[in-house]
Amino acid sequence: MATLEIRDLHVSVDTENGPKEILRGVDLTIAGGQTHAIMGPNGSGKSTLAYSIAGHPKYNITSGTVTLDGEDVLDMAVDERARAGLFLAMQYPVEVPGVSVANFLRTAKTAIDGEAPKLRTWVKDVNKALSDLDMDPTFGQRNVNEGFSGGEKKRHEIVQLELLNPKIAILDETDSGLDIDALKIVSEGVNRFASQGDKGVLLITHYTRILRYIKPDFVHVFVDGRVAEEGGPELAEELEANGYERFLKASTKA
Amino acid sequence: MSAAETLVATGNRAHSHGPGSPVPLQARSERPRSYDVADFAVPNGREEEWRFTPVKQLKALFDDAAGTETPKIDASGPEGVVFETVAADSLKVGKPQDRSAAVAWNHAGEAFAVRIPVEAELTEPVHVNVASLGARGFSHLIVEAGRHSRAIVIIDHTGAGELGTNVEIVTGDGSELRVVSIQQGDHESIHLAQHDALVGRDAKLHHVVVTLGGKIVRVATNVRYAGPGGDAELLGVYFAEGGQHHENRLFVDHEATNCKSNVLYKGALAGDHARSVWIGDVLIRAAAEGTDTFELNRNLVLTDGARADSVPNLEIETGEIEGAGHASATGRFDDEQLFYLQARGIPEDAARRLVVSGFFNDIIGKIGVPEVTEHLHDVIEQKLARAAELSASAKAVVGQ
Repeated sequence: MATLEIRDLHVSVDTENGPKEILRGVDLTIAGGQTHAIMGPNGSGKSTLAYSIAGHPKYNITSGTVTLDGEDVLDMAVDERARAGLFLAMQYPVEVPGVSVANFLRTAKTAIDGEAPKLRTWVKDVNKALSDLDMDPTFGQRNVNEGFSGGEKKRHEIVQLELLNPKIAILDETDSGLDIDALKIVSEGVNRFASQGDKGVLLITHYTRILRYIKPDFVHVFVDGRVAEEGGPELAEELEANGYERFLKASTKA
Repeated sequence: MSAAETLVATGNRAHSHGPGSPVPLQARSERPRSYDVADFAVPNGREEEWRFTPVKQLKALFDDAAGTETPKIDASGPEGVVFETVAADSLKVGKPQDRSAAVAWNHAGEAFAVRIPVEAELTEPVHVNVASLGARGFSHLIVEAGRHSRAIVIIDHTGAGELGTNVEIVTGDGSELRVVSIQQGDHESIHLAQHDALVGRDAKLHHVVVTLGGKIVRVATNVRYAGPGGDAELLGVYFAEGGQHHENRLFVDHEATNCKSNVLYKGALAGDHARSVWIGDVLIRAAAEGTDTFELNRNLVLTDGARADSVPNLEIETGEIEGAGHASATGRFDDEQLFYLQARGIPEDAARRLVVSGFFNDIIGKIGVPEVTEHLHDVIEQKLARAAELSASAKAVVGQ
C-alpha cells in the first residue's frame, strides 16, 4: 500500500518584500487505506501544503522532504508526481478553452497509464463517472471548466479522481462553495474512491460540514503553517462545537 | 493574467491604438484607391496604413518597375472549373489601396482567372499554387463563383522571393464560395497581398487567410456586398516565429441591406521579435439597414520578446442594424493551465500543445477544409516544437 510521508516541510513564497515562509515544519504520514482531514483557519497554509505536494512552481521548498513509497516527490516534475500516483483536486480548477473534457480526460488517462485506454470501456467509464457525479454526458463535449458553475467544477474534479484513480488523493477545499446536494454527491464520489481499501485521502477543509459525509480516521488541526494538534474524529467534533479559537490563542501565545 | 481577465481588462479600458498614434481622423471610406502607382507616395512608415509595417524592408515591392521574375502558377480542379488568362482590368472588383498593391496590379501582366460555372457544385477543392522563384514578382488572380454554385478554392503561396499579389473574388447571387489563401513562403520571403471580394445577393463567402511562413507577410482583405442578404465569414490564422512579421488588415464595407459579416482572426507568437498586426475596420453605411457584424481578434503570446498589435475599428452610420460589435484580446500563455494539465499527468510539452491547439480549436473547426486543417495542425505542431527547443536552450543558458 502506498505511503505519502511529509517530513519537516518548510515552504515559502516570493513577495514584494522578499520570501515569506508559509509552512514551518509540517510532519504528516498518509498511508493507503487511511483518510486524513486537515482543518484550519484561513491563511494557515492548508492550500500551500496541497499545492507544494503537487509541485506548483509558485511555492519554494526551503527544507524538508516529501516521499511517496520512499521516492523523492520533490525531485519530480508536476506531471511525474501525478504519474507516480498523486492527485490534487483543486479549490479553483482552471479553465482550458478549446480543449474538450473528453479529450482532456483521455489525454490524462493515457499519460497516467502509459497507454491509451480501450475505447469501448473508456467511453462507458467516462459516462458512468459523469453520471455518478450527476453530470450530463454532454459535459464531455464542453471545454474544460469553461462556463462551469462552481459546483460543476468541483464535481468535475471528482470525476477525474475516479477515472485517474491515483494512490493518494489530496482534496483542497473541495467542499467550499457547494450546496448540500452537491456536497453529498461529491462526498459519495470520494467515499467510492476510498472504499477501494488501499487508497489514501488527504481532505483539506475549513469547515466540519463535509466530515458528516466523509469519515476521517485522523484529524489534524493546522495553524500558522504547521500541525498544531492531531487526533481522531472526536477532534473534528470539538472544532464543530468550539471553532478554531483555542488553537489560534495557543499560536499567538507561542 | 488569464485570457478571461485579459479580455475584461482590454474591454474596460479605452482601446490602444499603438504608441504615440492618435485615432485617425480620416474615415475609412475616404482612404484613396487608385490603379495608378503615382497616386501613392513611397511609404515612409508614418502613414496610418503603414505605421505597423517594416517599410524599409519593402523597397523592392514599392518600386514602380517590372518584376525580375514571373511567379509560377499551377492550378488544378475538378471537371467543370475553367482556368483562363484574362486582361488585368477585365473585372475591376479590386482597386489598389496602397503603393504595393498598385505596383503589383500594374506589373503582374494578365490575370489568372478561376471560374466556377453557374450552378456547379464542386465536390473537390480547386488548387492554385503561386510560387515565387526567389526574385521579385507579381501575380493577379481572379476567382469568380457563378450564380448558385458551391466551391472551395485553395490558393497556396510558396517560395523564396518578394511577391506582390492582388486577388479579386466575386461570388454570384446565391453562391457559396470558400477561398483559403495560405501564405507559407520560405523564411526570407516577403509577400504583400490585397484581396477584394464582392459578395453577391444572398451569397455566402468564407474567406480564410492562413499565414504560416515568410519574413514579412501582409494581407489586406476588403469585402463589399453587391446586394442584400450577403454573408461574409472572414477567418484568419497566423503563427509568427522569431523575426517574422504577420500582418492582416481587414475592411468590411456594409452598404447593402441585411448583410452579415463575421470576422475571427487568431494568432500565436513565439520567439524574439515575432510580430503580428491585426487591423479590423468595419463600416456600416447609412443605407446598410439590418446589418449584423462582429469582429474578434485574439492573440496568444507564447514567449518573451514577441509583440501583437490589434486594432478594431467600427464606424456606424445607421442605428437600424441587427448588431455590431468587436473584441480584441492579447494574452500570455497561462502557466496555471499548464500546471492544471501537468497535475493530471500530462507532460509539459503535450500540455503546451494541448493549450495552443485549444486556442485555435474553434477557428480551425470553422475553416471547414480537412486538407487545410490537417496541414495547419501539422505546422502548428512543428512551430511549437521549435518554440519548446528555444525555451529549453534559453533555460540551459540561464542555468550555466
